[in-house]
Amino acid sequence: MAVAQRTGLGAAIEPNAYAASLKDAAMAAFLVAVLGFFFLPLRTDIAPGGLAITYRWPIWVAAILIVFGGRLLLNLFVFKARKPITRTIGEQMSGSSLRVPGLGRALGMALFVFAAILPFFITAVFPAQQRQFIDLAILIMTYIMLGWGLNIVVGLAGLLDLGYVAFYAVGAYSFALLAEYFGLGFWMALPLAGILAAFWGVILGFPVLRLRGDYLAIVTLAFGEIIRIVLLNWYEFTNGPDGISGIPKPTLFGLEFTRGDDGFAAFFGLEYSTIHRFIFLYYIIFVLAIITNFVTIRLRKLPVGRAWEALREDEIACRSLGINTTNTKLTAFAIGAMFGGFAGSFFATRQGFISPESFTFLESAIILAIVVLGGLGSQVGVVIASVVMIGGIELLRNIGFLSQIFGPDFDPVQYRMLIFGLAMVAIMVWKPRGLITTRNPSAVLKERKKIGADMVSQGEGH
Amino acid sequence: MTGAALAAAPAMSDGARWDADPILSVEHLTMRFGGLVAVDDLSFNVGRGDITALIGPNGAGKTTVFNCVTGFYKPTEGRIVMRHGAGLQQETVNELTDSGLRWRASDDHAVFLLERMPDFEIAHKAKVARTFQNIRLFGGMTVLENLLVAQHNELMVASGFTFGGILGLPGYRQAQGEAIDRAVYWLERTNLIDRADDPAGDLPYGAQRRLEIARAMCTGPHLLCLDEPAAGLNPRESTELNQLLQFIRETGTSVLLIEHDMGVVMEISDHIVVLDYGVKISDGSAEFVRTDARVIAAYLGVDDEAEIDVPEIKADVKEVVEHAKPVKARKPRKAASKATSASSSRAGSTARKSPSSGKKASKASTQTVAKEAGTHPGKQPAGSAKPGAGGADNLTRIGGIGPANEKKLNAVGIWHFSQIASWKKAEVEWIGSYLSFPGRIEREDWVKQAKALAAGKETAFSRRVDSGKVPSSRASTRKGGKA
Repeated sequence: MAVAQRTGLGAAIEPNAYAASLKDAAMAAFLVAVLGFFFLPLRTDIAPGGLAITYRWPIWVAAILIVFGGRLLLNLFVFKARKPITRTIGEQMSGSSLRVPGLGRALGMALFVFAAILPFFITAVFPAQQRQFIDLAILIMTYIMLGWGLNIVVGLAGLLDLGYVAFYAVGAYSFALLAEYFGLGFWMALPLAGILAAFWGVILGFPVLRLRGDYLAIVTLAFGEIIRIVLLNWYEFTNGPDGISGIPKPTLFGLEFTRGDDGFAAFFGLEYSTIHRFIFLYYIIFVLAIITNFVTIRLRKLPVGRAWEALREDEIACRSLGINTTNTKLTAFAIGAMFGGFAGSFFATRQGFISPESFTFLESAIILAIVVLGGLGSQVGVVIASVVMIGGIELLRNIGFLSQIFGPDFDPVQYRMLIFGLAMVAIMVWKPRGLITTRNPSAVLKERKKIGADMVSQGEGH
Repeated sequence: MTGAALAAAPAMSDGARWDADPILSVEHLTMRFGGLVAVDDLSFNVGRGDITALIGPNGAGKTTVFNCVTGFYKPTEGRIVMRHGAGLQQETVNELTDSGLRWRASDDHAVFLLERMPDFEIAHKAKVARTFQNIRLFGGMTVLENLLVAQHNELMVASGFTFGGILGLPGYRQAQGEAIDRAVYWLERTNLIDRADDPAGDLPYGAQRRLEIARAMCTGPHLLCLDEPAAGLNPRESTELNQLLQFIRETGTSVLLIEHDMGVVMEISDHIVVLDYGVKISDGSAEFVRTDARVIAAYLGVDDEAEIDVPEIKADVKEVVEHAKPVKARKPRKAASKATSASSSRAGSTARKSPSSGKKASKASTQTVAKEAGTHPGKQPAGSAKPGAGGADNLTRIGGIGPANEKKLNAVGIWHFSQIASWKKAEVEWIGSYLSFPGRIEREDWVKQAKALAAGKETAFSRRVDSGKVPSSRASTRKGGKA
C-alpha cells in the first residue's frame, strides 16, 4: 500500500490504483471484522442464572462496511490521488487568507463588536435559552482571557507552561480567602489577587529559569499540582476539599444585583430579573479580557515584548545584546500569571464556590490546547480556538441529529470528548502550527509583511 | 598587578601601541573544562581603535577566549580588564581588583573586570558586543526588529520600564523613532535597507552575517568581537566585509576578530595574536606574525594546512625545507653525541618565549644536527642516513606530520613508520622539542598511528591522505606507505 501510495503519479489516479485501493480497503475491513468481533456482534447481558449472549450481526456488518467504504474513498481521493482533495482545500484556505490583507484585523473588529453586543443579541434571539447561552459566553470569555494570559508565556516568551492553572487557582483562592478573612469585596480583591498571582509567577519563575525544553514543562506541571495539593490538604486555612462557599458577588458601584430596593434593578427602575447579574458578569469578564488583549498588544510593541519574542528565538543572542534574560523571563511569568489571577478571581465570584477540584491539570491542558490550536502568539487565534473548543464541547451536549442516526439510546454527551479529540487530531494534521500561524511584526519601516510560521521558532519545550 | 602581568607577558613587539593604550587586557587567562585545558595562561592586549585578529588552527581555543571575554564562560583563572577612556588607568584597575567590585566609572573613564560580570552586563555596561560563529539571529523577527532588540536597554529606560509605555507616555514614541533611525543607519551601512521588513531567517547567508554585525553595532559597543565573520562568504562579500570593518574602526569602535580567512586577517589587522593549543605562540603586527616560524609550524604541521594559502608563509616553509635538505646527505649517526647547549631552545613554554627560536632550531639543524641534539631534552631517536630498501615511507600519512615536518624528520634520519613506532617517551620528548612541537606528538599519538601504518593498516587520517583530501609530500600516494 505504501509503495502504491508513493508511485501514484499517473493521470488523476494511477492505473492500478483501483485494485490497490480495493485491496487496501478490504484489508482495513478485515481488521475491523477481527478486532470488532467480540465487541460489536456479541453482547452479554445479565440474565437470571448467569450471562446471556445476544447477537447483533447488523452492527458488525455495518461497521465493516463503513470502514471499507471510508477507506476506499480516502484511498481514491486522498492517499492515492494525484492531487489529494485535502491539498486543494488547504490551498483554498490558505489562499483566501493571503488574498485579503486586512482579513485578520477585520475579523478581529467584527468579533469585538459581536462580543460587545452579545448578551443583548442572545436575549433578543434566544429568549428561552438566554441564561444558558450567556453562561456559556461567560465561560468562553474566561477561557479567552486565560488563553491570552498564557499566550504571553508560551506564545511570546516561548516558555512552555503546563501549570498555568496554578495561577488561576491562586487568583480564585486569593479572592475567596480575602473575602472570608477580611471581608473584601470583588473590586478590592481583584487587584490583590492579580498581584498575588504575579508574585507566585515569580516564585515559579525562579527555579525554572535554568531549565529548558522538556524539563521546563515537567517542573511547571509539578508546580500546578503542588498548588492544588496544598489547597487540598491545608484544611485549616483553605477548607480543603470542602472548598469555600459564600464568595461575595460583584457589585456595580455598590449596587447589588438583588431584588431589594437598593438593588440594581430598583435603582435604574427596571423590572428585576436574574439575567441582569449574568449580563453584568459577562461584561466584567469581557472588559478584563479586553484589558488583557490591549496590554498584550501594547507589550508586543514595547522593548520588553520584543525581548520576549527574541528570547523565544534565541536566548544566547539575547544575552549577547545585553538583555537580562532572567528578568525578562520573570516578567513574562509574572504578567501571564497576573492575568490568570484576574481570571481566577472572576471565576470565584461567578461560581460563589470554589474547591481544588476546579483546578486540575485538565484545565491547564485545555488552556494550553487553546493557545496551541489558535497558533502560538496569535491573539485572534486564541479567540477562535476558545469558541471552537469550549463552545464546541458544550454544543455537542445538545446536538440532536446524532441520535437520529444512532438511535434514541445514543447519548452525545458520552462521545463528546471522543469527537473533541478527533477534531484536535484533524486540526493538528492540517494546521500543525495552529489556526493562525503568521506573525505580525512589531515594528515596520516601509511595508508590513506577515512572517510565515516556518520562520518563527517555538521556544522551549515544544 | 597589570604592570607585572604585562612584563610577564612576552613582549613580542617593543613599545607596541596596543600595550600602551589597550581597551581590553586579557591577563593570565586559563580556562579548563574538566581535565582539558582549552586556554592556558594567555595574556594579550587589544589596542584602542585597532582591529585585532585572534588566529590559530582549529581547536586552538580562540572561541573559548571569546566566550571568556564576553562572559559566556567563567574563566578558571585570570583577569580580563575592559577600559573606557584612554590610558591604562592602572590605579583604578588595582583598586578594583582588590575591592571585589565589578566595575568603576568616572566621567569619561571606566574600568570593568569582565571575569566578574555576567554576559548581559558585559554587553550592557562594558559595551562589548559580539557575533557568533554559527549565526544567531532572531529568525522569526524582521531585520528591523532584530536591530531594535539590540537597543533593548535604552528603549527599556525610555519606556519607563514598561509602565510608561503601557500608559502611552510620549517619551517612548520619540525614543523608538531614534532607535529606528539608528537601525536604518546601520542597515544602510550594511546594505540591508531594502530587506528591513523581511524576516531575518529569509536573508541569504552573507546578508545574515552582515545583519549580525549591524545588530551588534546597534548596541553602541566600544569593543566589537567577531567570531569568524568571513566564514562562508564569497570573495566579493569578503571585500565588502573588510570595508565594513574598516568603517567600524573609523567610527571609534575597536574590533577583535577570530578569522580563518588570511586574506581578511592580513589585509585589515593592525595586530595579530596567534594561538595554538590554548597557548599564545605569536603576537605582533601582521608583518611580524607572518614571518614567525612557530606560526608557520603550527599551521603547516597539522592537517588543516589546506586552510593556509598565504604565499609568504609558503615561501617561508620552502626556505625552512631547503635549509634542511643538505643535512640529509651528510648525516652521520648522532644519537649518542652530546653537544653544548648552543641554542636557547628548550622544551615547553620557554620555547614560546623567543619569537624565532623555532626557525633558529631548524636552521641550526642544517649545520650540526649532531651537536644540537643535546640541546633538546630527552633522547634523540636512532636514525639512518638513508631510507631502507624500498624507499622512505610517506610520513605525512601520520596525522600531525606535514610536508615540512617530514623533511625535518628525514633530516635526523627518520624515514620509516617502524622507526616512529619504536619511539619511547624520551625520544618523543626530543622530537617534540626538535620540531618545536612540545606535547603535540603525544596528543596526536604519532607512535600509535605509526604502529598501525607500519603493520600495513590504515588510519582514518591516512585514508584521507591517500584519497587526496589532505595535501601530502607525494603527488599520488595511493600506496604512499611503500612508495
